[in-house]
Amino acid sequence: MNRWLPRTYLTLVYLLLYVPIVVLVVFSFNESRTGYEWGGLSLRWYEALFNNRAMVQAMWNSLWLALSAATVSTLIGALTALALHRYRFRGKKVLNGMLFIVMMSPEIVLAISLLALFLLVGLQLGYVSLLLAHVTFCLPFVVITVMARLSGFDERLPEAARDLGASDFTMTRTVLIPVIMPALLAGWLLGFTLSLDDVVVSTFVSGPSYEILPLRIYSMVRVGLKPEVNALGTLLLVFSLVMLILSQWILLRSKR
Amino acid sequence: MATESDLSCNGLIRRFGKTAAVDHISLDVPAGTFFSILGPSGCGKTTLLRLLAGFDKPDEGDIFIRGQRMNDVPPNKRPVNMVFQHLALFPTMTVGDNIGYGLKRRKVPAAERRKRIARVLEQVGLPGLEQRNPQELSGGQRQRVALARCLVLEPTLLLLDEPLGALDLKLREQMKVELKHLQKQFGTTFVYITHDQSEAMVMSDQVAVMKNGRFEQVAPPEELYREPATPFVAGFVGDNNRLSGEVVTLADNMADIRLDNGEVVRGRLAANGLSSGDRAELYVRPESLMFTGEALKDGFCAMQAKVLTTLFDGANSRVEAENGGQPVFARLPQDGTAPRLTTGAEIRLAWDPKLARVYGAGQS
Repeated sequence: MNRWLPRTYLTLVYLLLYVPIVVLVVFSFNESRTGYEWGGLSLRWYEALFNNRAMVQAMWNSLWLALSAATVSTLIGALTALALHRYRFRGKKVLNGMLFIVMMSPEIVLAISLLALFLLVGLQLGYVSLLLAHVTFCLPFVVITVMARLSGFDERLPEAARDLGASDFTMTRTVLIPVIMPALLAGWLLGFTLSLDDVVVSTFVSGPSYEILPLRIYSMVRVGLKPEVNALGTLLLVFSLVMLILSQWILLRSKR
Repeated sequence: MATESDLSCNGLIRRFGKTAAVDHISLDVPAGTFFSILGPSGCGKTTLLRLLAGFDKPDEGDIFIRGQRMNDVPPNKRPVNMVFQHLALFPTMTVGDNIGYGLKRRKVPAAERRKRIARVLEQVGLPGLEQRNPQELSGGQRQRVALARCLVLEPTLLLLDEPLGALDLKLREQMKVELKHLQKQFGTTFVYITHDQSEAMVMSDQVAVMKNGRFEQVAPPEELYREPATPFVAGFVGDNNRLSGEVVTLADNMADIRLDNGEVVRGRLAANGLSSGDRAELYVRPESLMFTGEALKDGFCAMQAKVLTTLFDGANSRVEAENGGQPVFARLPQDGTAPRLTTGAEIRLAWDPKLARVYGAGQS
């Protein structure tokens, strides 16, 4: 009794988590058009997906956006974290707090204010507005990840490097960056994922010139669930798994 | 500038706000010396070391290394290396890469680098550990790697910031001897910072005792111990008894002091400007105190004391007693010559006045 109660509970939790994903994967290979009956194994939805040029274009757009947003926010975020960690300056606490506000505030608020800002300055809605918006909400996550890593950083390491003859630049390259590398990687991945599946902010700040995947799927689902979406979901799932395994592998390698 | 000095400073001052952490420090360290700076925490010794390493700039005064003025030379251009308190080994590099770091910055070719890394590892007693990670090593081994990382560069001056602080007692004792040995072997000038007087005494050729940003005394360990220049040094270096009283008579560099319980004792005068009637402090080491009866050895003086407790610690056994409310410690020899002591027993402690030192009260 005492033994199988927690087990049942755990099983239920995991079922709840994974059954929908399994269903999605299974039905992506379903010959039948309807989502509730099995019509035999088929790759027709994958074919349909890749023949849908607008869909493929949206996928590339999304990937490119996520890639650039993650990279830009990692660069800015790492420098911000370094500044917050290393220097004392006026308004440091405020700056630190403001990062959290961006992270905690409802997405819809951020979306509206960004849209208002872009309209105000007359920015054409498209790739640039999306990039700016995505960098904005990815930034705090990068900063916090890197700062957590820096908090365990021995302040004497840069001095030791200097003492052994390294210039500031060499010290950064050979000592600082290797130490915070795992955090940079984690922050980048976090940003990439956040950007890739964002709907709310993107809805507001995207334009017709640059369609991205989450919005495309969202509009497809509104007119009825097409099995193509299952195929797409499966592909994204595989992609995320590969990314996850890759990042873990890099982290493990850097620890050794 | 004396050219044979590896390091010399004059009038160094470093202020933080209104307080001077380093206050008019001048020093001169001849080549090949093991020079220690000994002081309690907060005395400014770490600030001084950082000035020497170049991580901080003096507000006034000059630093010369082998006659070259160093004030405006950044740390990466100074012929000085530092072993940090927590060693600061690079965690993302192997032992070999840690040691080769400085050589690489000097653009030493890879083959030459490997040879020199292997040689220095052998010299510090860790042959063949190039490929290990610092995290896999024991505390003592990491210590050696940190030393090797500096020594491989053959610096003019090696600075050490309490590097033994993180080790356990036994290892520390062992490393003390080893450090001294390595210093002799390499012939490098060491400037060693510590708050542990035993470390300073065992290893050093010269010790500077520092307090409130100033040097109280710079001397070889033995002189420091036998002839402390100030009451602070007398109290800080080694165990000491402090007895306060009033000067009765002064003659031939000796002073008679009337203790607060009325007894008159003697000591050598260690300060100028004292006259009869002044308050004074007499310092006498526990090992100078001898148990005596009524009959005194020639020239000795003695005082009464009441036993509080005896502490057995092998060769370091001692008795804690009091004289008119002032605590007194005496060594308790374990060769059968000491009397059996019980709490509350009255004893007489005698000493050779030449081994006791008298300072004016309130000088410390």
